[in-house]
Amino acid sequence: MRYAMAIDTKKCVGCGDCVVACQTENNVPHGYCRDWIVERVDGTYPSLSLEFRSERCNHCDNSPCVRCCPTGASHKAEGGIVLVTHTKCIGCGACIESCPYDARYPHPEGYVDKCTFCIHRVQKGQNPACVDVCPTRCLHFGDLDDPNSDVSLALKDRKWKVLAPEAGTKPQLYFLT
Amino acid sequence: MNEELFVSGRDIPNIDPYLNIWHWQIPIYLFLGGLAAGILFFAGFYTVRGRGRKMQATVKWAPIIAPIVLVLGLGALFWDLKHKLFFWQLYTTVRLDSPMSWGAWTLMIITPVSLIWVASYMKEIFPWWDWKFPIVNRMEAWIIKNRVGLAWVMMIYAIILGVYTGILLSAFNARPLWNTSILGPLFLVSGFSTGLATTILISKDPKERKTLSRIDLVFIIIELFLIVHLFMGFLAGSETAIEAANLFLGGSFTVSFWVFVVILGLIFPAALETLELWGYHVPKWLPPTMILFGGLMFRFIMVEAGQITRYLY
Amino acid sequence: MKTRRDFIKISAAGTGATVLGLSAFGAKKFKWFEPKIEGPVSDEDLTPYATYCEVCFWKCAGWAYVDKQGRIRKVVGNQNDPHCNGRLCPRGTGGVGMYYDEDRLKTPLIREKNSDGSQYFREASWDEALNLVATKMTEVKDKYGPEAFGLFNHGNPGTHLEHLLRAYGSESNAEPAFANCRGPRSAAYFSTFGAYIGSPECTDIRDTQCLVLIGSHLGENMHNSQVQEMSQAIDNGATIITVDPRFSTAAAHSTHWLPIKPSTDIALLMAWIHVLIYEELFNKDFVEKYTFGLDHLKEHVKNMTPEWAYGITDIQPDVIRTTAKAMAGAAPAVVIHPGRHVVWYGDDTQRERAMAILTALLGAWGKRGSLYLPESVSIPKYPQPEYPEPEWTWKDINEGKYPLATMGITTELLKASIPRLNKKHQVKAWLVGGTNLPLAMPDKKLFKEAADSVEFIAVMDTMPMEITGYADVILPEATYLERYDFIRSAQNREPNIALRVPAAEPKYDSKPGWWIAKQIGERLGLHDYFNYDDFSEVIDWQLKQMGTSLEEMKKIGVKTYPRQSGPLYIGEGEDFKFNTNTGKIELYAVDFSDEGFDPMPVYKPHPEPPQNFYRLIYGRAPMHTFSRTSNNPNLWDLMSENSVWVNPKVADLWGLKKDEEVWLKNQDGAVTSFPVKVRVTERIRWDSVYMVHGFGHSDKKLSRAFGRGASDEELITNIAVDPIMGGTGMRGNFITFLKEDPAMEVKEDKA
Repeated sequence: MRYAMAIDTKKCVGCGDCVVACQTENNVPHGYCRDWIVERVDGTYPSLSLEFRSERCNHCDNSPCVRCCPTGASHKAEGGIVLVTHTKCIGCGACIESCPYDARYPHPEGYVDKCTFCIHRVQKGQNPACVDVCPTRCLHFGDLDDPNSDVSLALKDRKWKVLAPEAGTKPQLYFLT
Repeated sequence: MNEELFVSGRDIPNIDPYLNIWHWQIPIYLFLGGLAAGILFFAGFYTVRGRGRKMQATVKWAPIIAPIVLVLGLGALFWDLKHKLFFWQLYTTVRLDSPMSWGAWTLMIITPVSLIWVASYMKEIFPWWDWKFPIVNRMEAWIIKNRVGLAWVMMIYAIILGVYTGILLSAFNARPLWNTSILGPLFLVSGFSTGLATTILISKDPKERKTLSRIDLVFIIIELFLIVHLFMGFLAGSETAIEAANLFLGGSFTVSFWVFVVILGLIFPAALETLELWGYHVPKWLPPTMILFGGLMFRFIMVEAGQITRYLY
Repeated sequence: MKTRRDFIKISAAGTGATVLGLSAFGAKKFKWFEPKIEGPVSDEDLTPYATYCEVCFWKCAGWAYVDKQGRIRKVVGNQNDPHCNGRLCPRGTGGVGMYYDEDRLKTPLIREKNSDGSQYFREASWDEALNLVATKMTEVKDKYGPEAFGLFNHGNPGTHLEHLLRAYGSESNAEPAFANCRGPRSAAYFSTFGAYIGSPECTDIRDTQCLVLIGSHLGENMHNSQVQEMSQAIDNGATIITVDPRFSTAAAHSTHWLPIKPSTDIALLMAWIHVLIYEELFNKDFVEKYTFGLDHLKEHVKNMTPEWAYGITDIQPDVIRTTAKAMAGAAPAVVIHPGRHVVWYGDDTQRERAMAILTALLGAWGKRGSLYLPESVSIPKYPQPEYPEPEWTWKDINEGKYPLATMGITTELLKASIPRLNKKHQVKAWLVGGTNLPLAMPDKKLFKEAADSVEFIAVMDTMPMEITGYADVILPEATYLERYDFIRSAQNREPNIALRVPAAEPKYDSKPGWWIAKQIGERLGLHDYFNYDDFSEVIDWQLKQMGTSLEEMKKIGVKTYPRQSGPLYIGEGEDFKFNTNTGKIELYAVDFSDEGFDPMPVYKPHPEPPQNFYRLIYGRAPMHTFSRTSNNPNLWDLMSENSVWVNPKVADLWGLKKDEEVWLKNQDGAVTSFPVKVRVTERIRWDSVYMVHGFGHSDKKLSRAFGRGASDEELITNIAVDPIMGGTGMRGNFITFLKEDPAMEVKEDKA
């Protein structure tokens, strides 16, 4: 099993619903976020292109954060989901330094926090909160090993890219372009 | 024009707009670790070489500083932990992939070793010293007898510690400035150099100082060579690496790095030490102080600048 | 000089700082090894309460999830609701922030005067506040007649007050949603098709093959189901044509983006019409069967060629032809989106008319993938006496102007409030519910004079919005998550209703809108209009008439009914009578010519920015609803301030850097109260700047929103009034940049 997400940049309008849905679902404190949206503009008026990317932890296959954690707080759960056990985390910040995507942050309580792919929902057969709320349905989640999962189907006929592939982390967020 | 911005209001403390999760504590920790490693290595080195008698400051006096400095360094590290009450989790597991874990365990070993080393000299330093318990006296006797063995252990762990201070940074693939294997040897050499400088400051014996200065000079030259190599590596590398190097080649860290670290922290003291070796009179505290200052600056700059560098996507 | 009605910043009110009671300390337990902030809770451990959103006018139905401690954790869309299809937009998802906002109005407040003449708000009991409103209403009725009591309203809270005022005998109401927003659309489409577009708009984007957006920034205005359907249209490979001087989100997702010169849309539309007619691309069967006035129109657009339009719009003739052909190729499955906020240049009804004509030529009305025929459920009226007939209403306030206005015009209601203007019908007191006039209305001077002139203002709101600063009495309303409300019945493909029940007790001393209206009504002796103890009785009665019940609706939230009015689309060759003068779609608008207006749209040039000035274009961000959400903690996290978008060429000229703070000054010398950050971006034309509306709050009690960004409304002093329906065109304002704090300059001048 390999959980992954595909994000359709051709449909995303950058509304931020995924961010606020994550905030209310996971009780993320104000001023922090586990997912976010990047807007990228290229070109000169009027020859322009625009891309919205809903970003979050890439749940990398080759995850530097898990490797550099001195206590094993950062670990891989089922389907490759990268999690942090709060009561094992000492807040040393090594995993934050190790992440090429700046996907982790120190929670005001001290431990390091990040996207969990809403594992509490996924285990019950639901999608992550961001996926289920997206008005444009531009987020697709599922198991890459299942050819009929939402994410596998989304990736089947489309071109995609991952972020910072040269960092070698084998990220599992696929941006449909 | 290209434009890239967060449109969901992301502005996380210490993460945005630039990563700044490690503050002054980490460079201090790295500096003190390297310094202690330098002191302990040479204490061991001259003991193994059997020249302990001639190198009193190196073997006997300077090591007193080592455990103090190590504890201070650990204190700085602890200070920087965000979830402090759980720090003991560090010692519930050994994680070979994690430099942080390596460091925690290395310090767990080298700190007591350095304490034992100092303890074994207590009676030489303070003739009135008495351990009170016979068992301790018996242990002391055993240690003094096996001091060369202890010196070997100390040297090995000093090298691990010295290299570790660099690897702690270089293991982070995500920060292009750090992600170079030169950082391990560079921090090792720089750490040893600061250790030597400390010993030179303490030593009252001109002959010992001269010996140490000569070694220090070699270390400085190696360090300069490694720095040049570091930038050659960056400039031959990917765009992110070039961008990292540019922070020092015209970017915001150019002045602080080249003036404080390279010129004032390396080239100047090297020149002064050379002059001193040639017989010119140089204030004896000046070159080592400059080296210590340069070493400290080096770590501050590397930690700060490294956090700014990132992958572009 | 102090005016009678000083603007009071509510921070002066009461002593709210006693919150730090001893219990706060006592409750703190020493749990070292337990994280204090709780993680997620599974849905099965939460109780859902049916609601529909009140963060914007789309009113999506959803569920408020409440945990075992009675805290509202999240709001999630109702799967069966056609407004949202189970997916709320960011504002709906962040709606919990409205409930948790610690800056909320907490108790009734009454304006008082110190002995030195300064004014302040005093915390009052509900009895005092309600009695005061009732007394004033009685006074106004006795002195001037009930008609002199005006109402500014929006959304549900406004409707409760509207009911109160109708029962009391006044119909002098206006909402910014008409003349400051979508009024021209109503007038134009009614004249053309004899039908309104309505809300949610009857656009069949889901099944369209070609979506045409004229300045509509769908995706930035999160009209939920429309945004969802636009995404489906992208999936379906529909052609999207966006006309906008700004590279909007929609433009970025479009097949064709036409970066038009602002204020020239009518020329483009007429050129499209020209191409359709003269290249015989229009839908001949449809036009012949259903429309009136093709010959007039053909003659009218004879010279309006793409080449003619090119000189006006900057859009290349071949692009105009290509896009016209794309529409014709997709016809009738084309949505010429009528837009929503369409009061731009004062000839907006005519622009909307051009869009309506284009729609008709493509046969894109009542056809699959165009504009469908919507239907809504009619909610049975809870038993009450007939409303008294007022002697005059909002219509009379217009004094015969704007004959095609279908709702009250806010600026006219303001003018009627100013005795100096010596209007025939004068308004002496206001109720305000659900609208923040100072940030919603252009021409601040007019508003201020009006607010200062009336004898009494009562404001019902959940937040200390700027309007509350002008109130004599402030009535703190419970948020939508804490109250029963009217059954939602809005038009859609399938008629449907949605329920709102409280998910929690009202916080602080706030009360539901229905309760406030009823309490005032009871004090005015209008019990028969409020013949219930709890609004749930009204809802239950109505639902039972409709074959369901409160109990059932609490479980399902949304109920869909079969259509009564016939199919969603007009059948092939079906006879269809339009509700117009001619019974046909009027390409030539008979009622326009009757009233002395152009029966067919004519392009007229509009003023252009003087040197060193740039046209102010404003719009929306997907995470905010005008000014009402800027203090919402969740939405503030997403966007805490606006910026002024400046083309890099302009930025170079002015030496403006990214994130540099500037003040903006308009052609009339109006300056923003607060500085705003510059966003240097290619997404805006060099002759314009762009700002998101709703920021620059001046009330300090809005602790997060205060002073964040700048208010575009302050720069809109030039208003082009639409003679047809009274719309307030707001895009004819031009701004320049001030790099120094203008307040400092004034000080220096004095020194």
